[in-house]
Amino acid sequence: MLAGGGFSRRHVWILAALVGAAVVAWLIFAIWPAWLSAALISKRAFFSAVLNGLTLSGLYFLVASGFTLVFGLMRNVNLAHGSLYLLGAYIGYEVTSRTGYWLFGVAAGFAVLAVIGVAMQVFVFRHLEGDDLRQTLVTLGISIVAADLMLAVWTGTTYQIPIPSWLDGAVTLPIVTAVRANGELIFLRYTFFRLVVLATAIVIGIGLWFMLNRTRVGMMIRAGVDDRAMLSASGINVHAVFAIVFAVGAGLAGIAGVIGGSVLSVAPGEDVRYLLASLVVVIVGGMGSITGAAIGALLIGLAEQIGLVYFPTYGVVLTFVIMVAVLALRPQGIMGRL
Amino acid sequence: MSELLTAARPRLDGTFLERIGLGNIALVIFLVIYPAVASEFFIVQIGAYSLIWGMLALSLMILAGYGGMVSMAQISIAGVAGYTVAIFGMNHTGVHGFGWPFWILVPFAVLLAALVAGLIGLISNRTEGIYTIMITLAVATGFFYFTQQNYALFNGHSGFAGIEAPKFWGINWRAPVPFYYLCLGCAVLSYAAVLYASRSAYGLTLQAVRDNARRMRALGYDVTRHKVVAYFYSGLIAGLGGVLLVWFNGRISPGTIDVSAAINVLVIAVIGGMRHPIGPFLGAVVVVLIQTFAIDVVGAERYNTLIGLVFLLIVFASPDGILGLWEKAKLRAPREQVFQLDPLRAGVMSITNRRKRNI
Amino acid sequence: MRSKINYALALAGMLMAPAMASAQDTMKIGVLATFEGAFTVLGEDGMRGAMTAVDEFHGMVGGKKIEIIKGSSDASPDSAVRAARKLVEQDGVKVLVGPLSGDEGLAIKDYAKTKPDVTFLNGSSAAQDTTLRDPAPNFFRFSTDGAQWMAGLGNYVYKEKGYKRVATVAEDYSFPYTQVFGFMAEFCKAGGHVPAKAWVPIGTKDYSSVIAAIPEDVDAIYVALGGADAVNFLTQYEQAGGKAPLIGGSITVDQTVLTSKGKIHDVLIGTPSAGPTADSNPSPEWKAFVAAYKKQPGAFPVPSLFAHAYYVNMKAALLGLQQVGDDVSDGGAKLRAALSKLVFETPTGKVSLDENRNAIADIFLTEVVKLPDGTLFNKLIKVTPQVNQTLGIPRDEFLKLGKVGRENPSCP
Repeated sequence: MLAGGGFSRRHVWILAALVGAAVVAWLIFAIWPAWLSAALISKRAFFSAVLNGLTLSGLYFLVASGFTLVFGLMRNVNLAHGSLYLLGAYIGYEVTSRTGYWLFGVAAGFAVLAVIGVAMQVFVFRHLEGDDLRQTLVTLGISIVAADLMLAVWTGTTYQIPIPSWLDGAVTLPIVTAVRANGELIFLRYTFFRLVVLATAIVIGIGLWFMLNRTRVGMMIRAGVDDRAMLSASGINVHAVFAIVFAVGAGLAGIAGVIGGSVLSVAPGEDVRYLLASLVVVIVGGMGSITGAAIGALLIGLAEQIGLVYFPTYGVVLTFVIMVAVLALRPQGIMGRL
Repeated sequence: MSELLTAARPRLDGTFLERIGLGNIALVIFLVIYPAVASEFFIVQIGAYSLIWGMLALSLMILAGYGGMVSMAQISIAGVAGYTVAIFGMNHTGVHGFGWPFWILVPFAVLLAALVAGLIGLISNRTEGIYTIMITLAVATGFFYFTQQNYALFNGHSGFAGIEAPKFWGINWRAPVPFYYLCLGCAVLSYAAVLYASRSAYGLTLQAVRDNARRMRALGYDVTRHKVVAYFYSGLIAGLGGVLLVWFNGRISPGTIDVSAAINVLVIAVIGGMRHPIGPFLGAVVVVLIQTFAIDVVGAERYNTLIGLVFLLIVFASPDGILGLWEKAKLRAPREQVFQLDPLRAGVMSITNRRKRNI
Repeated sequence: MRSKINYALALAGMLMAPAMASAQDTMKIGVLATFEGAFTVLGEDGMRGAMTAVDEFHGMVGGKKIEIIKGSSDASPDSAVRAARKLVEQDGVKVLVGPLSGDEGLAIKDYAKTKPDVTFLNGSSAAQDTTLRDPAPNFFRFSTDGAQWMAGLGNYVYKEKGYKRVATVAEDYSFPYTQVFGFMAEFCKAGGHVPAKAWVPIGTKDYSSVIAAIPEDVDAIYVALGGADAVNFLTQYEQAGGKAPLIGGSITVDQTVLTSKGKIHDVLIGTPSAGPTADSNPSPEWKAFVAAYKKQPGAFPVPSLFAHAYYVNMKAALLGLQQVGDDVSDGGAKLRAALSKLVFETPTGKVSLDENRNAIADIFLTEVVKLPDGTLFNKLIKVTPQVNQTLGIPRDEFLKLGKVGRENPSCP
């Protein structure tokens, strides 16, 4: 993607990257001097915020990647994407608490939502094809009704999806946060499950990349993103491609719901929250780009967590500031194409 | 009522009466004598309230109907005006409240709102079409969070209370009947202005930009400027609606301008129809009636399901809202040819050759 | 054409003044609560409380049948005022019980001033300034406010638990400000220090970073979060291996949190808190109330503090109406005079009003315990009798402490 420009320019980049890596390594492994701790509350607080930001980014990426995938191909802003997330979370809760297997919950979250995604494509969007605005309005209507019906079924109670014991607990990371008076080193302990979330997001991200770039379906999808009309003209069943994309997109929202409901919790209103998170991530990262979604999620997740610690009052607003800044400098988003 | 059908065309012929339209005259007479037949509750809580939301939806209709830009940030613009009134006028929250007289305050608030609207237009116009809905939704949410967190200016989650409409000419303008006429006056003014502007050279250019921005750009029009100016005009109306809304409620807080309020504006505009400036007001009456009386009919618990289903039904069955249904009914009777102006369908991609229009 | 005329007639009928039918033999009372939005569950429980009081009177007051008219808000002040306007101006109620949440209460107080003929009784809203500053002469609160609910907690944790330094984590709006204020007023006076206060935006889901930034040298953490926010914080606190004991705000450890679905966490056990009710109150009045409450459809195992507050206020309204024989023809002046002097026994002890028409009532200090069946429960530790709104401090001195907020009070 980043085709290196001139040779000298590349050198500058490498140098900058090396310096950056050195600073990061020092930050991680050194015992912080007092002035730095004073500036950033404590090393523990800082690295917890960064790690939380990274893991939250993983969650945001899962939600936003489905959103951006659907958008890229179908030019359809699915404002019901948040509802898909929330429904996935509730289904994950029901299945997990009934069967006792968390992985069943994740699978059910994906499968049920994928089916719903296909149904939405077949019964709703196909009838409004080429009419982006009406499709978008329909998704808005669906989200209003869905939120209310979910409130009726699951009420306003907060649910947490129980995670299996092998995922529970904390691990010790090789990051020294402080030294006790007797010279004993205190290492940073971090929730294991959140690291699993991050790893899952990375694996799914790579999987998506492979699907898009190395498979036949992916080729069709990419062709469709570039030119829908040409794709259907070349004899490919566009509707099938659309249905697959919608299934994957909705299924990813479902998985994200189950994971989000395990690491955080499920309650009414989460649908709007994650819809907005996806919107901002996709606007920042570039619409229709999986890589963009990853970059956007990283920026927004980190900004949210670091903001929450260092300037809690405006932490929430920070993400929107980033969005406006990106729009002003690069309207199509960081990885977007005009 | 045939006026409704052909309004988007410039009509410079005919007598004065014909140009106004009999249907419109009947409507005006009804609206003027309405307080005489209605109870206080219906005058303010249904009448004035519908007019205010109608104005907010009208401000969206200008953008969406004539400009093809669906903005979700209209409620934020109204909020800017409302907060300005609260901060620079009087409130009894004990924060700010500079006590400016209303005749400086209101124009200032409306102008500020319009400028913010122009700014939002500038931001969202960096990208095009369907993106607008995403960006403006995000902007609206950002503004909501900001007002909720900021105490220095917006007094945070609590907002401002005790904001009173002015009293002048010996009239308390928040008393039911005067307030109704105040809202009616503002609404009629906005309505007439929109109707007039839609037939002006500027309005026609904007509609042409909606239909084919590329062609207009090639013809040498400054497309971005036209769109930003449309945002500015819509901001004037949204700002005026915001001032009335804050006088109506007597208070403003982040809850007034949250995401559901932003969605409400769009729902009203879509249900009413976006082909003619009367649509938003129709939609407002319907939505306000449902909102108020749902508790007596279906129970308030499922109010959102009801409104969501009505919305879905309208989007599916009649893309032009109630107005579209009305016209379909009219079309059954043989009448003059009606042209399919269809802003809702005039999305981004494939609008060019779908219909021919002889404006 | 005929259908059009019929339609017009029907419309005109709708526009007419509020229905006056059978005004003679029924007494209309409006109940305003959250029946839509995320607080629906709480609003419905408030309604159960109100209906418990109505059933106690067998649906009759002063010889008239009680007619309850529901008004619904979504917890935003705007919607609360709209619903109240409908009840008062359209349905014509002269007595209104509600609303549920703090900012709604402030808005309804303002509205009450414009309707001097209508008598307003609080639902469960607990913001201080609803009655403390600039009160409305026709707004009565027989339930207590968020600062009163904290009575006894500051002294208890300082003296009995020995916590000297406490950090607070609370949502960033008026109700938690009031709770933190109530807690710190006592705690700081006793000699305690609050070195760090974390105000998190409402709806924050991810608290791990906030938890990591809490100073490590505090003895305990005071948490005033509600609903989903509380559940999230508690889970993440446990996952992060938090060691410092917790102190709970009134809604942090109430039944909505204790009964949340999923893992019930041990981190809460032993958490002291205070509020207007205690689940395990042994008094026979409380037990009778719980039994009566449970007859309502969909009741929780124990009435929430919302059900309790709506019950107390509705009961006060009915007692007042009974005293004046349902006579509100004088614009409710007699009713309001009766209410101002009303003293009655509630399931949680004696309630009377101060000069600002705010309740003076008992407050319960509790601790979370785990029952043998695994459910969590608030065990009664101590009753602080007859707490008034100024927490025992003289009124003018109390008012000098200033409005609650992020920075007020402060004792680092």
